[in-house]
Amino acid sequence: MHNLTLTQSIAGLRNGQFSSRELSEALLARIAEHNPSLNAFITVTAERALASADHADQQRVAGNAGPLCGVPIAHKDIFCTRDVRTSAGSKMLDNFVPPYSATAVERLEQAGAISLGKANMDEFAMGSSNETSYYGAVQNPWARDSVAGGSSGGSAAAVAARLVAGATATDTGGSIRQPAALCGITGLKPTYGRISRWGMIAYASSLDQAGPMARSAEDCALLLREMAGHDQLDSTSAEIAVPDYCGELNQRKDLSDLKIGVPSQYFGAGLDDGVATAVREALAVYESLGATLVEIELPNSALAIPAYYVIAPAEASANLSRFDGVRYGYRCADPKDLEDLYRRSRSEGFGDEVKRRIMIGSYALSAGYYDAYYRKAQQVRQLIKQDYDAAFNQCDLIAGPTTPNTAWAIGEKSSDPVSMYLEDIYTIATNLAGLPGLSLPCGFAQGKPVGLQLTGRHFDESTLLQAAHHYQLNSDWHQRGPEEFCQ
Amino acid sequence: MSNWETVIGLEVHVQLATASKIFSASSTAFGAEPNTQASEIDLAMPGTLPVLNRRAVEYAVMFGLAIDAEIGMTSVFERKNYFYPDLPKGYQTTQLDKPIVGPGNVEIELADGSRKSVRIHHAHLEEDAGKSLHEDFHGMSGIDLNRAGTPLIEIVSEPDMSSAEEAVAFARKLHSIVTSIGICDGKMAQGSMRFDVNISVRPRGSETLGTRTETKNLNSFKFMQDAIALEVERQIDLLEDGGTITQETRLYNGDTKVARSMRSKEEANDYRYFPCPDLLPVVLSEETVAQLRSEMPELPDARIARLAEQFQLGDYDAAQIGSDRATSGYFEAVAANADAKLAANWINGELSAQLNSADLSIDESPIGASQLAALLQRISDNTLSSKMAREVLAALWEGEQDVDAIIDQRGLRQVSDSGALGAIVAQVLANNSAMVADYLGTPEEKRKKKLGGFMGQIMKASKGQANPQQVNQILLEQLQALES
Repeated sequence: MHNLTLTQSIAGLRNGQFSSRELSEALLARIAEHNPSLNAFITVTAERALASADHADQQRVAGNAGPLCGVPIAHKDIFCTRDVRTSAGSKMLDNFVPPYSATAVERLEQAGAISLGKANMDEFAMGSSNETSYYGAVQNPWARDSVAGGSSGGSAAAVAARLVAGATATDTGGSIRQPAALCGITGLKPTYGRISRWGMIAYASSLDQAGPMARSAEDCALLLREMAGHDQLDSTSAEIAVPDYCGELNQRKDLSDLKIGVPSQYFGAGLDDGVATAVREALAVYESLGATLVEIELPNSALAIPAYYVIAPAEASANLSRFDGVRYGYRCADPKDLEDLYRRSRSEGFGDEVKRRIMIGSYALSAGYYDAYYRKAQQVRQLIKQDYDAAFNQCDLIAGPTTPNTAWAIGEKSSDPVSMYLEDIYTIATNLAGLPGLSLPCGFAQGKPVGLQLTGRHFDESTLLQAAHHYQLNSDWHQRGPEEFCQ
Repeated sequence: MSNWETVIGLEVHVQLATASKIFSASSTAFGAEPNTQASEIDLAMPGTLPVLNRRAVEYAVMFGLAIDAEIGMTSVFERKNYFYPDLPKGYQTTQLDKPIVGPGNVEIELADGSRKSVRIHHAHLEEDAGKSLHEDFHGMSGIDLNRAGTPLIEIVSEPDMSSAEEAVAFARKLHSIVTSIGICDGKMAQGSMRFDVNISVRPRGSETLGTRTETKNLNSFKFMQDAIALEVERQIDLLEDGGTITQETRLYNGDTKVARSMRSKEEANDYRYFPCPDLLPVVLSEETVAQLRSEMPELPDARIARLAEQFQLGDYDAAQIGSDRATSGYFEAVAANADAKLAANWINGELSAQLNSADLSIDESPIGASQLAALLQRISDNTLSSKMAREVLAALWEGEQDVDAIIDQRGLRQVSDSGALGAIVAQVLANNSAMVADYLGTPEEKRKKKLGGFMGQIMKASKGQANPQQVNQILLEQLQALES
């Protein structure tokens, strides 16, 4: 049952092949078996999940089944879930139980989805390997000694290991696409503003975007359709109609009207040969499906990482000020005065990477440095947006590798933050420009999955999903799973 | 004349009278139990986001229109970062480079009747912080977040004032404007308006500004007056003794009348402002501004001019009444049914004195406009003397309702029957022949003074119920008759 995709699970539930309780129990049993080593979940809510499953089964009998009725999923632990501990992977929120749910969670719940638990993640989504989590690193289901990627490493590993068929995740600089690539699954970061950020614990507010992870584009479309849409609680959520992503998947007979831009900058130094080969083969598949490949330039893409590592930490430095030990979350023992309360609660409650980014961000915003760093980074951000605007005059989609390398060994880069940051070199510019991006499995290098990244126009998730879906109709990379977890 | 010149600029925080907070749906009502008006947004719970209150934006624009300012058609919220327990997010959401109200002007009138224009640098929208409660927590502090997120406009003036009098006149004028256009309840004691005063002194004639200090959070005109006087004196004394002024923030305690330094410039925070990514820029349309302009309530200066014209009031009465919206409303309600001049006198005089001593605003007056009008009618129709009228007013103040019933019950009708009055006057003159002789022996131009003696006797004989004006006339007639 665990090998079923989201689409197949929905069909099975609808046809009465199994109940939501049966499906949930089967998956919870797998979580109980594998999670102690895999560490994909921070919190498993078995009891609540089964109660929800029973409710879903009753709803189905009563004829009130929503589109995702009884489908088990997982939520990244960055999404607030009412009455369920929401840690953001941090000691700071180890005791935090929100009295409200994120809009994305709420909407999936309304569609009938049930949550099996909260997925592991880098602390406050700051990381590319899931190693900054207070709850420990996540193992890559394909190679247990390797990282699952990050920050949504738990969601990616849970989907790859067939513990759930779909999961929510967030992407600030690649946190959906990179772990999706490293774990051999499909992940979509929608356009900034497509999904409400309400109840999603903020890392860098102008870049953070929620999205789905699953084993196929088809499944991502199912989740996105429920998660997307304007929300009065988030002023930055777009008031743009949500298309029927599932219905539009097969809108194209072939890809003959599709122009795919291939940026020369994405195939330069630093790209692993095996990854490059897999990606080039995928591009050839697209050509065989009728798409036209065009060479494009994204001249400022090398500036994306430095710009990101000013803007994101700057926003984070303010976003994380609320964790002060006063109202909720971690508070140090016996503070002797206010200063001591702040200093120790934050020193003890935050991990090293979070502290590093708070310091970088505070520095970039301080008097005398603002123009040189923050303002300059915003100017670079404009240039990067202009690069994409120009590129999309020539093509409908941009394709390239999601990451320069496949999953690396746990611990390998954890003492070298810059080499870790460089793993996001192909994904970050998309966030700076607010564009939608998708990673789908396109082969293997050194026995580990490789991801193909597709980037689209603003609010054109549909074209991304269609292109990915067509590829998946004509390849089977996405159907492969780690042997250990597919039996 | 002092050798020193004072330069004053104000930063004024005005709480906007919106029903809900600037970024959440929580109530802004004053005086609720601590933390009962604080939602997950006000508490800065993780994942919560602000949504801008449209009304707050409109109120800010109305203020801009009232002071003839440039309106910021695109304004931007920024985060001002600092840690404090009553600042839940660890930053205040405010405006900096692109405020909603640009440069404007406020006309003030001084005691000598002269007018002066004070330039407004800008006014911006922001959220209020909560309150730290330092009592009753056994060495710890309590936090009340009911006020956190209350919408404010901060009005920043240019350093155009040169005395405490001017600063207070400016503050009063702002109070008059914001209450007149209905964007603030003006309740100073509840912190609805708070003043930060920047003060520096320089040798008279000098072009350069001296080092300034900022005295924060004054919430009464009286405290402001006293705090400025104290600070100006401190600075001059210090400079005359060869010292230098330290740029610092000071706190003034209105009860002890003592100010102390809170922090110096060196200890000031680096607020690390940057645009708030959770809020879109506020873009106003020309239509919105035009609509607000067309709906603007009457401004104090226009109202003062109208009252003077419409009711033939003198400058003083018109200004006293017209500068306050509630007082004007009350006055117009009274004047609809009574003599306007009389209404102005009584509202500015007796009623205002009573309200002041009871610390009530005119909205809270126990005497309604219709009751005061009824009372004034009885003065106009000669039923009541001024003295009697004050007695009736006191009865109304104590809660009695009907003016005529009060008059009847207390027998307060003055005698206006000229026959009866004539008899009383004749009797008094007959009984006081020496006074009459004295009066008639006095030169005409000095006789007026002598009338008081007769009046006293006559009022006494009438048991205080004689109509004084009538008595005066009859007395003059009878004295004149005696002369010829």
